[in-house]
Amino acid sequence: MILVDVSLKFRSFELAVAFSSEGGVVALFGPSGSGKSLTLNLIAGLARPDQGRICLNDQTLVDTQAGIFVKSYRRRVGFVFQDAQLFPHLSVRRNLMFGRWFSRRGERAIDFDSVVATLGIEHLLERSPSHLSGGEKQRVAIGRALLSDPQVLLMDEPLAALDLERKLEILPLIENVRDEFKVPIIYVSHALDEVARLASKVVVLSAGRVTAIGPPGQVLGMTDDGLGYDRFERSSVLTARVEAAKSHYGLTELVHPAGRIWLSGLAGPPGRELRVVVKATDVTVATVQPTHLSVRTILGGTLASIETDEGPLATLTMTLPGGDQLVALTTRMAVQELSLRSGDQVFALIKTVALDERARTRRG
Amino acid sequence: MFSLSPEEWTAVGVSLKVALVATAVSLPIGIFTAFALARWRFFGKTLLDGIVHLPLVLPPVVTGYVLLLSFGRHAPLGAFLADHFGIVFAFRWTGAALASGVMGFPLMVRAIRLSIDAVDRRLEAAAGTLGAHPLWVFLVVTLPLALPGVLVGAILCFAKALGEFGATITFVSNIPGQTQTISAAIYTLTQVPNGDVGALRLTLISVTIALTALVASEVLQRWTSKQYHPIE
Repeated sequence: MILVDVSLKFRSFELAVAFSSEGGVVALFGPSGSGKSLTLNLIAGLARPDQGRICLNDQTLVDTQAGIFVKSYRRRVGFVFQDAQLFPHLSVRRNLMFGRWFSRRGERAIDFDSVVATLGIEHLLERSPSHLSGGEKQRVAIGRALLSDPQVLLMDEPLAALDLERKLEILPLIENVRDEFKVPIIYVSHALDEVARLASKVVVLSAGRVTAIGPPGQVLGMTDDGLGYDRFERSSVLTARVEAAKSHYGLTELVHPAGRIWLSGLAGPPGRELRVVVKATDVTVATVQPTHLSVRTILGGTLASIETDEGPLATLTMTLPGGDQLVALTTRMAVQELSLRSGDQVFALIKTVALDERARTRRG
Repeated sequence: MFSLSPEEWTAVGVSLKVALVATAVSLPIGIFTAFALARWRFFGKTLLDGIVHLPLVLPPVVTGYVLLLSFGRHAPLGAFLADHFGIVFAFRWTGAALASGVMGFPLMVRAIRLSIDAVDRRLEAAAGTLGAHPLWVFLVVTLPLALPGVLVGAILCFAKALGEFGATITFVSNIPGQTQTISAAIYTLTQVPNGDVGALRLTLISVTIALTALVASEVLQRWTSKQYHPIE
C-alpha cells in the first residue's frame, strides 16, 4: 500500500501529484518533463516536497504538516536508475550484496540465489561492472535493488537507454520479478509498450499534473493524455487472453470481450493474458459488420467521442465491451460521409499483419 | 664523496620524519575538509576555502611567523597545548611537522577535492537508497572512488613538506638533530666554507627521495585505477 499526495514548486515547474498503489506495477506515464522522475525521487527521499504526504505500508515517510521526513537510507525503497549506477569499484557480486550489508537479518526475505537465477546473471557475478553490456548492467541494477529487501521497487525508465532487442529481453524479467517476489513496483516510463505490458494501473502525468488514472486499457490512448504524439505514435491497449495457437498458419487467436483478435506469431499458452498495443492508424471503422474482407480482427463497440478540428483528420474513440478504449484515426470526410455520431454502434477492423509476433510491443 | 656525515644523516632522518608525520596527520583532516568543501553548503564556506589556501599565496616566512605567534611557548594556543596535553611545538621537530603540514595542506585539499567532485553523486544516492547511512556511503563509495586523488594529495603534501624551508626556519629555527631538515642543512652548508660537497650530497638525496615519491604515486595510481577497470 503506497499513498502519494505531494506538491512541489521548482522554478517555473509545478508538481501536484496524488495516487495510490495497492501492489503490482503502477506506471507513471507521460512525456519527458511531466514530473514522473521527480515524483519517484520524492518517494525515494532524494527530493523533498513543499507540501503533502507519502505513506508506505503503515509507515509515514513524508508528512509536511507533521514535520515528518524519513531519510532516504531509512526508507527501504529499491531504486533502479535509468543508467544502472552500479558501483564501478565493486564486482557484480558485491554490487548485489551492497544492500545486504545494511539490512537487518530479520528483514531478509529475498533470497540471493533466486534473484540471480530469475535475472539470469550467474555468469556475471565475478565480473566488474565496466565489463557488462547495457542490458546486463540493468539486470544487475534490478537485482541489487531487489536484494536490499525493499518495500517498494522504484524504476526510473530502466529500459530507456537500451535498444529494442535488449528491451524485449529485460521486459519479461521485470514481469518475473513482479510475479515471483511480490514487491510492489512503481515504474516510470514514456514508452507505451512497456507500460501496457507491465502495469496494472497507469497514472498519466502531464506538466506536473495527473490527467488520468486507471487500468492501461482504459487510460492509454486517451485523447487527453497530453503526450502530444504525432498521429503515427497514437496507440491504444487491449487486454485479451490467448485462446489457441493456429500453428499451421503461425497465428495466435486471442479472446477479447469485443471479439477475436488474431496475432501473427505464437504468443504463449492458452489462458495467458496479453496486452495488445494497436496503433490508431492501423484501425479502420465500419458501421456494419463487414464480410468478404481479408481482415480477420473485427471488434464491435460504441463510439464514445469524435474529435475533429480544422485539419483533415478525425480521432474516433470507441469504448469496447470490457471497458477498453480503442482509438482510430480517420478523416473528417469519412466521418461526414458515414454520418458518424457519438453513441453509434461501430466495428473496428485491425489488420492482423499490423500486430506482429512481438505481440504486446508496439513496432518501432 | 658519497658517504654522508652523521650530521647529514640526521638531517635526512629529521626530514623524512617531519614529512611523514606532517602528511599522516593532515591526511584525515584534509579528506574531511575536502569533502566538506566539495559536498556541503554551509555558512563561511568561502572563508574556510580562503584560509585553507592562504599558505599557498602567503610568503612562507609570514606563515611561519603566524605559527610562532600562535603556537610559540608563550603564545596562548602554544601554552594551552603545552600545559594540558604536553604538546610543544616551539623549536621541536613537531613544530617543523606542523609548519610543513600547514604548507602542504592546500595542495592536498585541492587534489582530494577535485577527485571527490568527480564522483557521481547519483552513485551516492544509489547507495543511500540501498540503506547505507551517509557515513557508510562516504567510506565505501565516495572515498574508494576518490582514492587516486587522495593518493596524489598525500604525495603532494609529502613533497611539499620535504622541501619546506621558509615557514619551518621562521617557526622552529634551524637546530641540528631537532628541526634541521635537508633543506635547512643545505642552506647551512652553503653558508660555511667547504660546505659545497655536503650540500651537493644532500641535494642528490633530496632528488632521490622526491623521485621515489613520484614513482610510488604513479604506481599506486595505476594500481587503483586497475581496480576499477581491469582491462583499460
